Amino acid sequence: MPRYFTEEHEWIDVEGETATIGITDYAQEQLGDIVFVEVPQEGTELAKGAEAAVVESVKAASDVYAPISGTVTEGNSALEDEPELVNSSPEEEGWFFRITVSDKGQLDALMDEGAYKTFCEGLD
Amino acid sequence: MAKGPDVRALPRHAGDLPMSDTEEFEEQPPEKLPLDAWHREHGARMVPFAGYEMPIQYAKEAGGGIVAEHDWTRTHASLFDVSHMGQLAVAGDNAAGELEKLLPASLGNLAEGQMRYSFLLTEAGGIIDDLIVTNTGPHLALVVNGACKWDDIAHLREHLDDDVTLTHYDDFALLALQGPEAVDVLDALIPGVARLTFMRAGLFQWNGQHVWISRAGYTGEDGFEISIHETHVRALADALVADDRVKPAGLGARDSLRLEAGLPLYGHDLDLDTDPVSAGLGFALPKSRREKGGFAGHAATMARLEDGGSASRRVGLALEGRLPAREGAKVFSGNALVGTVTSGGFSPTLGHPIAMAMIESEQATDGTKLEIEVRSKRLPARVVPLPFVPHKYVRKGAS
Repeated sequence: MPRYFTEEHEWIDVEGETATIGITDYAQEQLGDIVFVEVPQEGTELAKGAEAAVVESVKAASDVYAPISGTVTEGNSALEDEPELVNSSPEEEGWFFRITVSDKGQLDALMDEGAYKTFCEGLD
Repeated sequence: MAKGPDVRALPRHAGDLPMSDTEEFEEQPPEKLPLDAWHREHGARMVPFAGYEMPIQYAKEAGGGIVAEHDWTRTHASLFDVSHMGQLAVAGDNAAGELEKLLPASLGNLAEGQMRYSFLLTEAGGIIDDLIVTNTGPHLALVVNGACKWDDIAHLREHLDDDVTLTHYDDFALLALQGPEAVDVLDALIPGVARLTFMRAGLFQWNGQHVWISRAGYTGEDGFEISIHETHVRALADALVADDRVKPAGLGARDSLRLEAGLPLYGHDLDLDTDPVSAGLGFALPKSRREKGGFAGHAATMARLEDGGSASRRVGLALEGRLPAREGAKVFSGNALVGTVTSGGFSPTLGHPIAMAMIESEQATDGTKLEIEVRSKRLPARVVPLPFVPHKYVRKGAS
């Protein structure tokens, strides 16, 4: 299953017609202790670049944008009670939401793991 | 996620951290603290604040992170670098009298080694800056906010008599050691400091150097602030963290600690449009000065002290759930807008969000139920007494 990354520090797992989206380990490290996550409701239609979720750390609130267009099929309800999953397991249990892939062409513009790693190294 | 690598680019909503003060410094690159390299060696993430690059938090691997540093301060001792703050002194035969024209504290009866909280006021009674005055013997020392220090110096130069000398100790660093174990740690290093009580200060020797030590701080915990020449601060910082009870802590924890302690932050909870009465700082308006006056803003302050004289009041708000309300969030009573959040965040000690807000006086009674609007949601909030977390100061006369 290919995993894609954005310059906004999201990861996207694509499986068939569905993509699972979360924030990267780098992002959770930058945000610090996360105390609240608001994920989009099932059925929400998101255009690429639209505000999709909000993550609140002790420091600040940050928006999470939809990296591709699609319809939300599920939000991670576990984050309601355990937002700290985003810190402890950002790229697995701490996923944010699932979305239908309406335009596979949008994935082409995203980075693979190696490119994302290089991108992050350039930021430090 | 927001664009950009740096935490300062990540916040999307105002008021997350005491950083908006940096706006006016954007033309100039931030200055480096004397301990800049030391912070980086300890894995600090540096952000611009008050014209300096300052540590917001330290590396997770070394036990850092805002909540970990916050909790460590409440249970052990944390070392904060607050060298950005302005360390000033006024001296001269009538230094106290001259300074009393600009702030409402009584300085004539301030004994050597005693400290007082006060503020510089405008004629309209607005707060130019809040500060601590200490009678050091030879002079009256002022510790002022880093982001305000240049304006404060200009204000003091303009209004103090020419016979009074104003000195800016810009080659001195300021460290804060805060937490229940601070006293044992510091007294082992510098014997005698344990004899100081809250808001008392004195001159000590360490490693052949003069150090000026105050029993005070900005966390609500017992603790000390240590003024030392910048050439020796690294050795002192090393000596302090060599004790296992001490870890470095950054601006992030300092902000969450002071919020729990109900302590206002200039530029957020206090500014030129707020005044000591509405800010709930009447304790710093002593009776003698209320009666005799003679300070900038006296008439306006007295009018606000009368019943109904102050339209708004700084309060604490406790929120349910986990979603924090940040600075700028609107506060409602039913459909009526009754105030604005001035500082807000998640309280690591209490496990729920807390906020300070400036609220219409009629809504400021403890227990009043209000709502805060966050991203078009209304969060239930309740007015609660400040501080949110009790202070642990070691006062004179207390056993």
